[in-house]
Amino acid sequence: MTAETVIGAVGKQAEFRTCQYTGLKVDVAAQTLIKANAVAAVVFLLIGGLLGLSVALTRWPAVHLLPAEWFYLALTGHGANVLLFWIIFFEIAVLYFASAVLLNCRIAAPKFAWLGFILMIVGALLTNYAVLQGDSSVMFTSYPPMQAAPNFYLGLILFAVGALIGCVIFFATLVIAKEERTYEGSVPLVTFGAITAAIIAVFTIASGAVILIPTWLWSLGLISNIDPLMYKLVWWAMGHSTQQINVSAHVSIWYLTAALLLGAKPLSEKVSRTAFFMYILFLQLASAHHLLAEPGLDSSWKIVNTSYMMYLAVLGSMVHGLTVPGAIEAAQRKNGYTKGVFEWLRKAPWGNPAFSGMFLSLVMFGFIGGISGVVLGTEQLNVLMHNTLYVPGHFHGTVVTGTTLAFMGGTYLVLPLIFQREIIWPKLAKLQPYLFGIGAAGISLFMMGAGTLGVPRRHWDITFSDAPIAFAHSAGAFLMMGLNGISAILAALGGAIYVIVVVGTVLFGKKIVGGHKLTFPLHSGGGAAVSHYGSEGAVKLPGTIILITIFFVSFVLYYFINWKYLSELWLFH
Amino acid sequence: MAVFPPKERIWWNEPIERVELIWIGVAFLWGLFMFGFMITWHFIGQQNLNKEAYRIAPSVYETKVEEFAKKYQVREEQGVPVVKPPAGADVYILGRLWQWWPVLELEKGTSYRIHLSTIDWMHGFSLQPVNINISAYPGYEHVFTLTPTESGEFGIVCNEFCGIGHHTMTGKIYVKDQKQAEVNQRLVAER
Ligand code: HEM
Ligand SMILES: [Cu+2]
Ligand SMILES: [Cu+2]
Repeated sequence: MTAETVIGAVGKQAEFRTCQYTGLKVDVAAQTLIKANAVAAVVFLLIGGLLGLSVALTRWPAVHLLPAEWFYLALTGHGANVLLFWIIFFEIAVLYFASAVLLNCRIAAPKFAWLGFILMIVGALLTNYAVLQGDSSVMFTSYPPMQAAPNFYLGLILFAVGALIGCVIFFATLVIAKEERTYEGSVPLVTFGAITAAIIAVFTIASGAVILIPTWLWSLGLISNIDPLMYKLVWWAMGHSTQQINVSAHVSIWYLTAALLLGAKPLSEKVSRTAFFMYILFLQLASAHHLLAEPGLDSSWKIVNTSYMMYLAVLGSMVHGLTVPGAIEAAQRKNGYTKGVFEWLRKAPWGNPAFSGMFLSLVMFGFIGGISGVVLGTEQLNVLMHNTLYVPGHFHGTVVTGTTLAFMGGTYLVLPLIFQREIIWPKLAKLQPYLFGIGAAGISLFMMGAGTLGVPRRHWDITFSDAPIAFAHSAGAFLMMGLNGISAILAALGGAIYVIVVVGTVLFGKKIVGGHKLTFPLHSGGGAAVSHYGSEGAVKLPGTIILITIFFVSFVLYYFINWKYLSELWLFH
Repeated sequence: MAVFPPKERIWWNEPIERVELIWIGVAFLWGLFMFGFMITWHFIGQQNLNKEAYRIAPSVYETKVEEFAKKYQVREEQGVPVVKPPAGADVYILGRLWQWWPVLELEKGTSYRIHLSTIDWMHGFSLQPVNINISAYPGYEHVFTLTPTESGEFGIVCNEFCGIGHHTMTGKIYVKDQKQAEVNQRLVAER
């Protein structure tokens, strides 16, 4: 049985063009789908970002922008639009790119792929509609027994089904590529990373269905009761594993960017791929670290699960943390930047937003998101920050400075290569990753700071002015919330520039024709470096070793500082 | 495009870099250490959450808390009873829309068996500024032993979103000093 008969698309109908920069054969149908998903992603980022700004300004006590009802509504909308809609639309674009484009293959069943896209759009709009109606301010986690309007859940279900179709198309395209021999040897590393993401996505969506469908029926009155603890367990089997999709996707983009801009190859294929594989093996355990402060769960269960079986998934990320800068250093040294320990880094293309976005994402994901995540997920330490603002602080470190910034950087490659438009306002574009990165780092760090001082998450008023029993947080906490507000303005500005540059380029950017020289040039061998596999081969990497040592020392110090804090708490057992 | 096919056709035959091998070793050992440290803390640490919990109907729990409050009430504050249980007693805390009930008066250095549950939605028990944060569920009665190590006035806020009054949900615990010698003795015994 061939892929033809299974999928039913006819290969000869596909129409290709050859990319003048990378030499890749690009299926035009795939290209259109990538464009559509990327544009949808940016639109939802715009909506979600504005809501995020309004939330941060409300949490700034001196500004306190929105009334309480609007605040909780905006926060629900913010979580859903950025974490689900922006990220997942972009990921579908990444999946199509990593399969069809990198493997020189036609995309499987493009009509079916459009059906998936439409379902995702309808789902996202339906959920937003339910949120805006005001009776679904349940936060995107929607823990029962708090109940949203049925359309809130239905929208999420439709969106998930659409995303599932995207994954199916991705796998089908891989099958076609294999059968039609459009590539040699194994799939390239970036595609391998995307496969990781897609496998996790399928698992995730299955958990999502297990929990959201009954919850939807419950909101319709067809099921009488949902156990809140069981819900939280299964919900986070979806919710946290989704984060592993994001990590796989943005790490793939790190490798992609390093390859296209610098001609970087992985140090060794085996290590980088095994690191991706760790994510698949241990992700099912992720749910536990959302349950560390819950009643009735056994400590040994918590310890095994929260550490993803002795930190083996964390090990995967730590390995990428070495191999990505290592690959960049190796490539740069080959490109002739061999002076001293850090010439390779100093002379990197910092003026290219694709590179700066990628590198900032790499550094901040590790230092801010990664370290805080391990600390937060440590069984006993969790009690120090469970449900405080530390939690959003941590995940803005992963999902904003990590994933979102990597995706923004990746966009500066997609615009010339897939949309075939020259980036307008290159000066603004250059500035954008820095502005957004600094702002996002600020919101992460200041929310973590506020959380350390006990400020609760999802909370409208930390002066407790309407509470019958008075309480007020420390002056330090108020300062943190103010700094968080200022950082939010910077991040929002960076986000706005991103949207303006993308929309401007898509609509008005100069069409790229044969022989055009890109404003932000690629490495001449970049196409081959991404679309083939093979290791870099023995090299000396003094710079990377220093960077990774700094990382490790910070990690260890911060880890023990938190145990020190813990040991000073009241005693409980 | 590369002109030559890759040297090795299969990626798991590719060689591993030395620096990678070393880092994998370091990171793996660090993971193992962190894993072991969580277990160790159960033996050397004074802050470990108990897994003791019971299924209980919210209305039954409510009755228990009310009886507890009536029994040990010493005064009233803003219409809420202030309850002073004897040392070592079972202490009940109830979360509901939108208050932590009742107000407690405890002694420094004394251990109490705290019962924690809610009768409507999920709430987040967050003791401030100490910063002890524990989730509370309807239908589950969570029991743990708590020993205050400092005296003063402490707030309980709610850090699980529980609807439009979430930010008005507070409670209070007073911790009174006892004679210092007695406290030290008890703390030593605890450890
Ligand atoms: C302009 C940029 C952004 C700003 C200023 C911002 C700010 C905030 C603030 C202040 C909170 C509220 C914390 C609380 O009260 O509990 C929040 C929550 C959140 N943010 Fe962002 N954020 C931004 C971008 C993003 C992005 C890009 C993502 C995801 C990719 C994201 C994901 C989330 C999520 C999932 C929540 C939690 C919502 C909840 O508690 O239900 N944010 N954000
Ligand atoms: Cu509450
Ligand atoms: Cu609450």
